[in-house]
Amino acid sequence: MSAISREDVVHLARLAHIEMNDAELDKMTGELAVIVDSIAAVSEAAGDDVPATSHPIPLQNVLREDVVGKTLTPEQALQNAPDADENRFKVPAILDGE
Amino acid sequence: MSEIIELSASALAEKLRAGETTSVEAVQAHLDRIAAVDGGERGVNAFLHVNAEEALAVAAEVDAIRAAGGAEAEALHPLAGVPIAVKDLIVTVGQPTTAGSKMLEGWMSPYDATVIEKIRAAKLPMLGKTNLDEFAMGSSTEHSAYGNTRNPWDLGRIPGGSGGGSAAAVAAFEAPLALGTDTGGSIRQPGAVTGTVGVKPTYGSVSRYGAIAMASSLDQIGPVTRTVLDSAILHELIGGHDERDSTSLADPVPALAEAARKGATGDLTGVRVGVIKELTGEGYEAGVQARFDESLELMKAAGAEIVEVHCPNFKYALGAYYLIMPSEVSSNLAKFDGVRYGKRVLPEDGPMTIERVMGSTRAAGFGDEVKRRIILGTYALSAGYYDAYYGSAQKVRTLVQRDFDAAFEQADVLVSPTSPNVAFEFGSKSDDPLAMYLNDVATIPANLAGVPGISVPGGLSEGLPVGIQFLAPAREDARVYRAGAALEKLLEDKWGSPLINQAPQLAAAIEEGAA
Repeated sequence: MSAISREDVVHLARLAHIEMNDAELDKMTGELAVIVDSIAAVSEAAGDDVPATSHPIPLQNVLREDVVGKTLTPEQALQNAPDADENRFKVPAILDGE
Repeated sequence: MSEIIELSASALAEKLRAGETTSVEAVQAHLDRIAAVDGGERGVNAFLHVNAEEALAVAAEVDAIRAAGGAEAEALHPLAGVPIAVKDLIVTVGQPTTAGSKMLEGWMSPYDATVIEKIRAAKLPMLGKTNLDEFAMGSSTEHSAYGNTRNPWDLGRIPGGSGGGSAAAVAAFEAPLALGTDTGGSIRQPGAVTGTVGVKPTYGSVSRYGAIAMASSLDQIGPVTRTVLDSAILHELIGGHDERDSTSLADPVPALAEAARKGATGDLTGVRVGVIKELTGEGYEAGVQARFDESLELMKAAGAEIVEVHCPNFKYALGAYYLIMPSEVSSNLAKFDGVRYGKRVLPEDGPMTIERVMGSTRAAGFGDEVKRRIILGTYALSAGYYDAYYGSAQKVRTLVQRDFDAAFEQADVLVSPTSPNVAFEFGSKSDDPLAMYLNDVATIPANLAGVPGISVPGGLSEGLPVGIQFLAPAREDARVYRAGAALEKLLEDKWGSPLINQAPQLAAAIEEGAA
């Protein structure tokens, strides 16, 4: 497994939508390299015959009656909005330019 | 210090029922205590928000029902009128919920968590919201955006984490009961280092609805108290099926208080206690190991059969946890994007698109540890690394479960120190994330496997509390209450009183530090 590079961290920060300056990227790269090294052994611990576990106590077919449940009113839903207009969340432009 | 705040929750409940005191008096005594020891330069800082008005109103309501008597008084929950503190990761109507993050500063939840609905229905006055590592990520509460919580045993040391606020509040007699959440040890490790009791229930046995998700396959809400019986009674109140949590178990709530009372006889005849070889010895402080060994001797003398068990895959548990947890974190925290709620920060210059707003919002709203985990999780889930990291970690999870299954063939409960060390000084691990992660080495396996665990006070090492952890098979939470209560009884008989009575006088310590 390859160690984590600064280039990787730049890419990951973009994927995760976290803006980082140069100093932060340097620090994060160093810290992640140590962490990733220390957990790399995990990839050799289990053979191909071991099934993966995603939940400790799996439940199947968790269903409910198809009826309207308790929902938020528009006022409740918008009470913490950074910006709202006419019962809608207001956001900056989705696309750059025109 | 008034006598009323030193009572256990069950003893206070008894006095309320007998009419020897009132809920208003009890709530006021705790509010006074919070005012005396929580604030200021050297205060405990367990609370992020104090909910005085509502707490007193609920208390008055309970007192009025009791005074009127009749069917309504009869129907009151045993803990009605007993105040409780709530970790600020659990959402509450009428009080801000911050998750210890600037991202949610001042955020008011439009709904209650299921456990909060239950607490309201049972009429426990809520004293307020307690401090935590940001989004419950940490083992020291130093990652809170709202300052450190101090350990009541030594105000220069950490109270554990992430639930340092709830544990410190209970240890400092600011509340008899608190709620915590445990993803990798965030209830049990703070319990250990503050000399209090903390329980991580079986995964799915207490609804997670309304606990701000960190790692959904690991998170669990549980009780934080000073006695094992109090945890059992609170656990019974908050447990049970909830259709709003799709991982909620359908099982009825087991008889946990009964198990704790049985344990409190101190008799462990016929109980097989398995010592997890991999969670002792190297890496554990000598004082921690010594208290652990003494606890084993006491249990043996009380009739327990002590057996040694091996869990060879536990050595991979920490690594697997630090792949699975950040992976889930990176997904769960994607919702904090400055669109629908929480902080929104506009970029200083350049095009004002939503994508850039997200980037600057998350840069300003999240602290370093949260960013670290999000980036690590994004890495573990990314193309080319998924199989090697996340996929492998999920297989290790299977191996850890198999280790538990094999160990529980030989033992009814397993035992280990809760934490390898006692409370450390502020700042001593802040610059070394890996050293911080190692605090949870003994608590993480239970989260990976979904099994229940308790931490009970096991004595002191260099004047600081040591925790002893019991683990049981999934759905067998009653066993950890029986074993925990038995050890509590055996140790208190030896000490002559609860461990917490040996804690230094807090008001004096705060004054001394300020002088």
